[in-house]
Amino acid sequence: MKGNKLDHSLSLAKPDVTDFSATQKAAIAIGLIGLFILALAFLNTQFPNRTLFLCLALGLITLGTILYSNSIYKNKTEGIKNDGVWFKSVSSRGFWAWSIGIILTLFYIVLYFYPEYLGLAANGENNTGLISLFDPLSKLLSGNPASQWFVYGTLYTLAILIFGYKFLLKYRHSRYQQLRTFSVMFFQLGFAFLIPEFMSRLNESPNYNLPYYDLKSIWPLNYYLFDSWSVNGFLSSGTLGLALLIFGVLSIFVITPILTYKYGKRWYCSWVCGCGGLAETAGDPFRHLSSKKLAAWKLERWLIYTVLVFSIIMTTAVVYSYLGNDTSKYWLTKDVFLLGVGILLTLVFALTMLFKRHELGKDAKFGAIGFFVIIATLIILHFTSSTDHIFLIKSSSLRSAYGFYIGSIFSGVIGTGFYPIFGSRVWCRFGCPMAAILGFQQRLFSKFRITTNGGQCISCGNCSTYCEMGIDVRAYAQKGENIVRSSCVGCGICSAVCPRGVLKLENDSMKGRINPNEILLGNDVDLMTLVNKN
Amino acid sequence: MEHVVIIGNGISGVTAARHIRKLSNKKITIISAETDYFFSRTALMYVYMGHMKFENTKPYEDWFWEKNNINLKKGYVQTVDTKNKALHFAEGDTLNYDKLIIATGSKPNKFGWKGQDLKGVQGLYSKQDLDNLEIHAPNNKVCKRAVIVGGGLIGIELAEMLNSRNIPVTFLVRESSFWNNVLPDSDSEMISQHIKDHHIDLRLSSNLKEIVSDENGKATLVIIEETGEEIVCDFVGLTAGVAPNIDFIKESDIETNKGVLVNRFLETNMPDVYAIGDCAEQHETIGHRKPIEAVWYTGRMMGEVVAQTICGNKMPYKPSHWFNSAKFFDIEYQTYGWVHSNRNKPEYETHFHWKHNDNTKCITIAFNTNTNEFLGINTFGIRMRHEVFDRWLTEKREVDYVINHLREANFDPEFYRSFEADIQKAYKNKMATA
Repeated sequence: MKGNKLDHSLSLAKPDVTDFSATQKAAIAIGLIGLFILALAFLNTQFPNRTLFLCLALGLITLGTILYSNSIYKNKTEGIKNDGVWFKSVSSRGFWAWSIGIILTLFYIVLYFYPEYLGLAANGENNTGLISLFDPLSKLLSGNPASQWFVYGTLYTLAILIFGYKFLLKYRHSRYQQLRTFSVMFFQLGFAFLIPEFMSRLNESPNYNLPYYDLKSIWPLNYYLFDSWSVNGFLSSGTLGLALLIFGVLSIFVITPILTYKYGKRWYCSWVCGCGGLAETAGDPFRHLSSKKLAAWKLERWLIYTVLVFSIIMTTAVVYSYLGNDTSKYWLTKDVFLLGVGILLTLVFALTMLFKRHELGKDAKFGAIGFFVIIATLIILHFTSSTDHIFLIKSSSLRSAYGFYIGSIFSGVIGTGFYPIFGSRVWCRFGCPMAAILGFQQRLFSKFRITTNGGQCISCGNCSTYCEMGIDVRAYAQKGENIVRSSCVGCGICSAVCPRGVLKLENDSMKGRINPNEILLGNDVDLMTLVNKN
Repeated sequence: MEHVVIIGNGISGVTAARHIRKLSNKKITIISAETDYFFSRTALMYVYMGHMKFENTKPYEDWFWEKNNINLKKGYVQTVDTKNKALHFAEGDTLNYDKLIIATGSKPNKFGWKGQDLKGVQGLYSKQDLDNLEIHAPNNKVCKRAVIVGGGLIGIELAEMLNSRNIPVTFLVRESSFWNNVLPDSDSEMISQHIKDHHIDLRLSSNLKEIVSDENGKATLVIIEETGEEIVCDFVGLTAGVAPNIDFIKESDIETNKGVLVNRFLETNMPDVYAIGDCAEQHETIGHRKPIEAVWYTGRMMGEVVAQTICGNKMPYKPSHWFNSAKFFDIEYQTYGWVHSNRNKPEYETHFHWKHNDNTKCITIAFNTNTNEFLGINTFGIRMRHEVFDRWLTEKREVDYVINHLREANFDPEFYRSFEADIQKAYKNKMATA
């Protein structure tokens, strides 16, 4: 095997592309000074003027990134800019990749489990350290001192904006990439960052008690949306609160199915979602690191649906736990709710089996068993168990287990911390329950597909290499087969990097969407008809 | 059980093997002296440029072959003994076959230039070429300048590769404009300009006279035929086309010319011996096609066809409409049907040319002056649908129809600016003045 591997240490010196120009060095220095201010704050340096130093820190990081991006892309002609990706330490699992991975992972661990290290104040006291540096901005927006989540949200948004700028320059020849990137930048800044802060402004009035709510974060990705504190918050915030709660329910049950039918899951995963937004911008230099092995695909299918089932069970249990039994007080009782969930799941299962079973094969069996178990458990336990232990385990334990293992460890620590090692979409690919729902629909009931252009594929593998979801795009393209995969987030990079114009993301009719060919276009028409018919 | 032996694990041989496996349970052995596993030759450039790792160029994971019961043998076939149906390897062993498919591809042309076998002088075709390139031109300190000889598709790829590592490139092209023996002048001129925009020192109408060696037998200087100019360099790329890689067959009973001669069923003169892909040469040409088609797509198509014949469903190689594609730095090129260069154009062929003023997009449509029948299209910087043009060519559409329905054929990504209106306007103007 070793003979197959191109050993770049054969080079007498490093390929020149990995060296930095003077401008790039200056840009990196500027960015590092910004980061250094944040590091000083983390070490609890008391800056005389926190507003000034916060502006300096964020400003320098932004400036450094912009200068760096300009220097690597602006003087080049428009086109694909992947030269040297596999030679650079940071994008080929080298020293810098591991360093960044470890630092990010540690940051997430501290963020989720030890926010006091970031300077989060105990009750009533003033913040210190890094969090206190962000107090001025937080007070400006929401009127409250910063929390670890505010610091995280600010840095997260900043990352999407500045690396979004870099991405826009890199793909300036592609209007699809441009629009998509503007979109994720807009939704992150507006929906995820600013609107929730303004909502929290509203809470200064006694009439409002709104929970933190990023409107584009849809259940089950937003797994706490239906927690009792969240629902109580909405219900005690007048018409606006009720409207937001209704929007949350409509998002998953009405808006999502309609948009996914028309455009595929990309409308969410690579145009709106914040996790996707970070992966597409800050995560872009790592997209080629996702595993394309068949084994990874097998793992993916088991894992993501397991998380989905877990999230459904958890949410059902949580909602069940705070509903009442008395129909005269409120129509939605424990009984009605469980029945509703049971009917909904049975319906999804029955309709899929009825109309789509021929498209599923083996997967259908796994899905069937999974859903059957949930439904059966629901019904059996409903008639046998006490109020709180709906799934044998206390609903609050289920909820905290989900929050810990899925919400924090999987989506945060592994999902983002390991960007430079496993690629940028680990969470989206293996864990996100929202992606699982969207993907299920995309595979079975959507107009979206990636069309393959006849016989033009040369099997070069750029598409597969740069697929962040680890889809072996080439395996389809070289068969002249359209790509209809649940995991495809429609980022469009496969189409962009294809040197032969073979791939096109399209919404078209459902008929003939999946079209495997034995003999490709360009050969003897008689042979093509003969073989493709069989 | 019948034993099908395939020499060569490129796209032709591997396609044949896969299709034979689908159609039968014959014993299949693929032989290669180049690599353990099939890889996409077209992607070698991306390995050097750092876009991909060599592993990424393999279309099938390594377990694929065993799972599909296709034997892989690494070895160099030295002689073919058709009487005893045996292959003799350089390594000393022998392998018997019942059916033999020769799919050994090409090797870079060398036209007897002085110094053509020096160190640091090579083509770009095989995995070994890539490894050697990594030795002789790893960066612009080891290789202060590279000279490329021959302006074809591989030459321009090599120029792009070296350029990606900031190695200055002098590009010697025999023709008066890049690839204008194939492209119409207008298309060729745009690409020539694009090459210069990438800071390539493009020398048109320039031939190689000789390559001069240093004291260690390594290339150090190139002399240009026309001007006598000497160019100091550390690497010379020979990309003046390719020729069938069939030296090992010359001594056998298999009839060869430039390539292995085959009939329309891809059969050689010897029973049970077939040849496909770059190394096969048709006795009679098919339409405007060349007798030797050294193209990825035709290799694949011959593989698809020969598998049918070997599995008892005898089929001639009968390719449909011609198509091809390439990429010139940032400009993608696709062609459907026939658009000839100015010098090779039949007298009935007329061209309509449209170019965007940013100099990165153009199309040339060829049609029959007498009948207005659409003959073919070259498209640069605008992606078009293979299926649509294949259909229009079959339906023998008129050029007006094609121009008016171009939108249907567009394959650019969503939200891209479309140029159909521009093109239609230019066409109307041209027809009005014609």
